[in-house]
Amino acid sequence: MRWLRLQMRAGLRAARQMARQPFNTLLAALVVGIAAALPATGYMLLGNLQRLAGNVSAAPEISVFMQPQASADTVRDTDKRIRALAGGARIERITREATLKRFRDNDGLAEILDALPDNPFADAFVVHLDNADAARLESLRAEVAKLPDVEHVQLDSAWAKRLDVLIALGQQALTMLAGALGLGLVAVTFNTIRLQLLTQRDEIEVSRLLGATDAWIRRPFHWFGALQGLLGGALAGLLALLATRALATPVAELAGLYSLEFVLRPLTAIDWLVLLALCALLGWLGASASVRRHLSRIA
Amino acid sequence: MIRFEHVTKRYPGGHTALDAFDCDIGRGEMVAVSGHSGAGKSTLLRLLAVLERPTEGRVLVGGENVSALKRAALPYWRRSIGLVMQDQRLLFDRSAFDNVMLPLAISGHPPREAATRVRAALERVGLSGREKSMPIELSGGEQQRLTIARAIVNRPQILLADEPTAHLDDAYARDIADLFRSFNEAGVTVLVTTHDDALFSRYAPRRLVLSQGKLQ
Repeated sequence: MRWLRLQMRAGLRAARQMARQPFNTLLAALVVGIAAALPATGYMLLGNLQRLAGNVSAAPEISVFMQPQASADTVRDTDKRIRALAGGARIERITREATLKRFRDNDGLAEILDALPDNPFADAFVVHLDNADAARLESLRAEVAKLPDVEHVQLDSAWAKRLDVLIALGQQALTMLAGALGLGLVAVTFNTIRLQLLTQRDEIEVSRLLGATDAWIRRPFHWFGALQGLLGGALAGLLALLATRALATPVAELAGLYSLEFVLRPLTAIDWLVLLALCALLGWLGASASVRRHLSRIA
Repeated sequence: MIRFEHVTKRYPGGHTALDAFDCDIGRGEMVAVSGHSGAGKSTLLRLLAVLERPTEGRVLVGGENVSALKRAALPYWRRSIGLVMQDQRLLFDRSAFDNVMLPLAISGHPPREAATRVRAALERVGLSGREKSMPIELSGGEQQRLTIARAIVNRPQILLADEPTAHLDDAYARDIADLFRSFNEAGVTVLVTTHDDALFSRYAPRRLVLSQGKLQ
């Protein structure tokens, strides 16, 4: 209880100290905020990209398009042959009528399609292959392509795999960036506290004469660092929110071009909590290191 | 209550501020320590406040060797004494109230009780109504009173004052000496160093005169 009371008083002293220098406080928080905003925004964007990638299968798929004039018998026969070649893989058959309906319903192409004399689409198959290596995929693609009335065979998983790899790479780069900027944040707080110690040198000396323990002197500086980090974290979150708002419309438009419905999601409540806690912790660490290093030099 | 046992303080460079100094000061005594500059007066107080340690000998308070206190115990010892430094050491960016509040904040007094004690200490030294004044707005004598209020707000049993009337005119100096006398009458052990032998001879029943680190 006493510990809590001491901490609360130290927190209040630190808050008062920050309020006494609003411009300096805001500037320091801005530096922290901008440093933290980069990984926070990157994390938010990567999260969205991951969500997008999650909607698209990264498992290998082979799309098989028949010739539009292929007869129903030929299509049925091709279905059987593909099943024999693919050996137990899940095969989805998409009829030309289903494709026509989907385009009519979803893509605003009804008028154009109505103007055409015939259904321009062909029957198609999607072969879902789990755990198939590249050689097997390529050989299957070649065999299916040789079947009668098969117009085109396409291996669909490559781009999704590339996206997965890019996301993993992005995550690694983001982790490194966050680490570097986190160190920067610690350094900024370290220096701010060093200056605070210098400007409050008289008060520290007098406090020692009057019986202040080192812990009593250190506590408000720790709080100062943590509060500065917290303020910076809040600014970083706001900047990430602004970025989400600014990017929402262009991203939705881009997704629309690929027939996707995609809404850019901002940081969640948990993301906010983690961001604030991390920034406060880094601020506390910077302050702690600075006080430890510089306080002993004040007699 | 206070005993200096064969205390020697030698500074790097060879200057000896106190030389095998022995002295006993009883509880509730008021002692004026005088002597020329460099006689060792301030060193005596600094050793008692454990701002310095003796080169040889011991400083005992109530039987405890304070000169051997560990670093972690020093803050608690300093909270139990009142200290008026020669250079005052007021915080010029804080109000009179906040300056006097500092020792109570350090010792963790509840804010409401502390505020009452600060007002009482300011009233005791004649600075009632000046709570919000900044030290720069106070006269030299008032600044000294503020320093004294800060020293007594923790209700110490021992009050140490290093040249508290230096730089003050006679009237202010008498006021300050009166204050110390009144604290002593309230039971506080007072140890005052001074250049002004005549001033404190009227107030302090006991006088110590130091010369070259020894009692004369």
